[in-house]
Amino acid sequence: MGVPSTTVSTVADGAGPALPASLADTIRDDAALRRFLHGLPGVDQVGLEQRVAGLATRSIKKAAKLWAIDTAIRMVDLTTLEGADTPGKVRSLCAKARRPDPERPEVPQVAAVCVYPDLVEVAVAELAGTNIGIASVATAFPSGRASRGVKLADTRYAVAAGATEVDMVIDRGAFLSGRYGEVFDEIVAVRQACGEAHLKVILETGELATYDNVRRASWLALLAGADFIKTSTGKVSPAATLPVTHLMLQAVRDWREQTGQVRGVKPAGGIRTTKDAIRYLVAVHEVAGPAWLHPDRFRFGASSLLNDLLMQRRTQLEGHYSGPDYVTVD
Amino acid sequence: MTDNVWEYAPAPESREIANLKPNYRMFVGGEFVDGTGEPLKSVNPATEEVLAEVATAAPSDVDRAVAAARKAYDELWGRMPGAERAKYLFRIARLIQERSRELAVLESLDNGKPIKESRDVDIPTAAAHFFHHAGWADKLAYAGYGPEPRPVGVAGQVIPWNFPLLMAAWKIAPALACGNTLVLKPAETTPLTALVLAEILQQAELPPGVVNILPGAGDVGAQLVQHSGIDKVAFTGSTEVGKEIQRSLAGTGKRLTLELGGKAANVVFDDAPLDQAVEGIVNGIFFNQGHVCCAGSRLLVQESVADELLEKLRYRVSTLRLGDPLDKNTDVGAINSKAQLEKIRELTASGDAEGAERWTSPCPVPEKGFFFAPTVFSNVHQAMRIAREEIFGPVLSVLTFRTPTEAVTKANNTPYGLSAGVWTEKGSRIFWLAERMRAGVVWANTFNRFDPSAPFGGYQESGFGREGGRAGLEAYLDV
Amino acid sequence: MSDTRLAVAKTYKLFVGGAFPRSESGRSYPVTDRKGRFLANAAQASRKDVREAVAAARKAFAPWSGATAHNRGQVLYRVAEMLEARREEFVAEVTAAEGIPAKRAQVAVDAAIDRWVWYAGWTDKVATVLGAANPVSGPYFCFSVPEPTGVVGVLAPQSSALLGLVSVVAPVIATGNTCVVLASEERPLPAITLAEVLATSDVPGGVVNVLTGRTAELAPWLASHSDVNALDLAGAPGELRADLERSAADTVKRVLRAPVTEPDWARQPDISRLRAFLETKTVWHPTGI
Repeated sequence: MGVPSTTVSTVADGAGPALPASLADTIRDDAALRRFLHGLPGVDQVGLEQRVAGLATRSIKKAAKLWAIDTAIRMVDLTTLEGADTPGKVRSLCAKARRPDPERPEVPQVAAVCVYPDLVEVAVAELAGTNIGIASVATAFPSGRASRGVKLADTRYAVAAGATEVDMVIDRGAFLSGRYGEVFDEIVAVRQACGEAHLKVILETGELATYDNVRRASWLALLAGADFIKTSTGKVSPAATLPVTHLMLQAVRDWREQTGQVRGVKPAGGIRTTKDAIRYLVAVHEVAGPAWLHPDRFRFGASSLLNDLLMQRRTQLEGHYSGPDYVTVD
Repeated sequence: MTDNVWEYAPAPESREIANLKPNYRMFVGGEFVDGTGEPLKSVNPATEEVLAEVATAAPSDVDRAVAAARKAYDELWGRMPGAERAKYLFRIARLIQERSRELAVLESLDNGKPIKESRDVDIPTAAAHFFHHAGWADKLAYAGYGPEPRPVGVAGQVIPWNFPLLMAAWKIAPALACGNTLVLKPAETTPLTALVLAEILQQAELPPGVVNILPGAGDVGAQLVQHSGIDKVAFTGSTEVGKEIQRSLAGTGKRLTLELGGKAANVVFDDAPLDQAVEGIVNGIFFNQGHVCCAGSRLLVQESVADELLEKLRYRVSTLRLGDPLDKNTDVGAINSKAQLEKIRELTASGDAEGAERWTSPCPVPEKGFFFAPTVFSNVHQAMRIAREEIFGPVLSVLTFRTPTEAVTKANNTPYGLSAGVWTEKGSRIFWLAERMRAGVVWANTFNRFDPSAPFGGYQESGFGREGGRAGLEAYLDV
Repeated sequence: MSDTRLAVAKTYKLFVGGAFPRSESGRSYPVTDRKGRFLANAAQASRKDVREAVAAARKAFAPWSGATAHNRGQVLYRVAEMLEARREEFVAEVTAAEGIPAKRAQVAVDAAIDRWVWYAGWTDKVATVLGAANPVSGPYFCFSVPEPTGVVGVLAPQSSALLGLVSVVAPVIATGNTCVVLASEERPLPAITLAEVLATSDVPGGVVNVLTGRTAELAPWLASHSDVNALDLAGAPGELRADLERSAADTVKRVLRAPVTEPDWARQPDISRLRAFLETKTVWHPTGI
């Protein structure tokens, strides 16, 4: 434990999902993994940002907007990740998750709540009998600077407490120094520790510095068996951005082309308004494809976004602007 | 996408913003006047409805306009200090910015281009062109053409229908900055924004006769360029007409610049940033419905990535939204005219007949109006018409290559030479290729970028002379 | 019996692709001095010689335009050196060809030598002076560079047999173009002697090709040739010009027109002749990480 491995896990270990022959070789050893990741097509920053800016000019109105708002609500991982979190805070968050707009029972529930491991059991109790997922961050979130043993224990603890989804962080230090095998191993190990729980792998793109790195980290996480790739912890600026999410959507799209397997994307941090959320949904729609417009495949890691979605929903239905006092602050 | 779960509701820009009038008149000597030619009807290509009736010029009107321009040149504009001319151009730039929304909607109505392009490209770039050239007017001594370069005199300018206002700006701004006066003929199918620009010139209090605008068809253009009262001709349009103009000016001593057709190669190497290359290819050929002289109409892709690229390309093209040009979500608008649509159909039919493999975007196509779904031909060979002739529509021809030298040979294997694209991560290869491309503009890892400070123009049969930047001034200076 | 020996007369041939062939037609025409005295027979080129010369110029274009500007400068300067060495010979030829006093011919030859030097110095400055880094509004590095237009058909001045010729040829090749020159019809001999200088001055074969013959016969073939990119009408007879321009239009050639009367070639030139046969290429690339 804690000693960097020099070889990566392989499919034969039964650690990751089965890979098609074309990709199986890529995780044979460190060198093969490096060759593969560095062989991915580069990303041209200007071209990417231009495409993103172009998509951001889509004008979503009327029924299309209402549909987008409801879809976005269904995709929210309602999150609280503060040092000051308490069982009380988590309970009120769960209440919000169950009934986002008390005056409008038809408003859909969110996808999940997302908390620290020690508060998972509170959420479990609050959300019993609902379909709302219980996501826990783990692996020494947000920095990930702990020994492998601590990270795995953290994960097992969250799962034992009832987490159905685990949001892990990758070791950015290892990634940036080129120790891809180590990052891969750790994801595989955490995945094993997750058991039945879904694994979201946080790349912390704000620390990866380049789009090329984001693409490599995305593929690395997918190869290691991530169910979702997630942009950020929310503790580093920049958190989620449209270009980074765009790249990750391309990665899951290409992943399905190559493997037939469906993986999801979760931008987290900094998405606060309906306008933002709709821009993300447009990207989902036009980059990954309409099939990704579903909470199984796309999530928003957010807290204040939900209330803005609710206000905009009312505006759409009531024909006038709503205000913050007309939605609940939890 | 046919299996769409999320249909974007229509988000049309209001056509009221265009302030469309039932009649538009010519602009001569600072006033709007009736023309003695047969009025033309400008049609909205997206609906086939008549937008407005527009006066056109007869030969006597050309005489009047040229005389007005000559008078303005001799008595005022040709002698005015550059600093004063500059201020007029700055004013015009500002007024275009102020009326940009009106101009954008009108442009989309008249031309058929998507509002997002007229709003985000055509109109802002037109304003930028005036702004850039305004600054030149009193700095010509620093342009490298001698200490006191003189204007040429009266210019006759003929522009196409693909970027109506922007092309007017490209012609008018440098001409005025250098101290010339002019007579401009907008295209027959898209005269409206040039005539609103005439209103702007009035608002800017540009002296009468400095700019005269004569709508009409090719005959008016021919009369204008052959008129004995003009000193300089600037033409943007087809190579065929450009050659006729060059012939007709033989022996007259009139100065000439031509910006003509193209059949640009967009070269994609196997190490290219593929997703951005796909964007660049799409932007290269489907921007403005492919009605772009520098469109990347020939995709040259390295064989080893051809299949992967084509697959990504088809998917991406299938997400392009074709339809109402005024809808803010429209990516591909209407073909500018019935005649152009027929030309595109004829050329694509030749692609079928010559054995190329046609793929058409499954996007819905409106029943009314002139529309053509984005089309990609693969298995195209150099000998096919769709690889040699300018289609001027949303039609891409895909060819392959194996080595860099073969790419250069194929790219240059055309009488045209306006633009080229290259996509590769390798810096040294970019410069190697850029050096060898016989084209006036080379876009590396990007495509279809324009800027008033960046000279634009062709090699070989794509014309001569440059527009934009320091190099562009030469066309309007007696040097 | 005189003690003067009979001089060995030079045979004047064409200069194509670095070689000195006779006209493929086998024709020649007598060249006389201004007083009508026979000087020599000049080869009378045919349209097929035009074709060969254009092919030679095209073949030479890629290497010559691809040579470094420094290298082209060295080559042009070498021409001046070689010309200087044969100064007296040229003075005699110009005197005979133009019918001017030796003193004036000397001035013309000196000016021709100096012109090569002037243009030799321009080869590696043109791009600095005419190129630009364009300050576009966006995340791009955008630059423009001048590039040679290709094969230039040059109708050399009819009067000024050497200085005029050098004044039109040097700027064409300085920037990397190659050319096919129709020498002055009635005063072609200095042009062929200049070709001998070029052939011994490191100018690669085909960069300059010199044809002698009837301008009215040859010029239309040059003007209409599809593989010629530009045309310099410096020595075009007035009555031919409009027709030549019309022909040039068939492939959108760049045409440098000429004043009706031949200019004073002794005047210090500006860079307009360099500019006339240059294209501007603009290159864009995004700037990002």
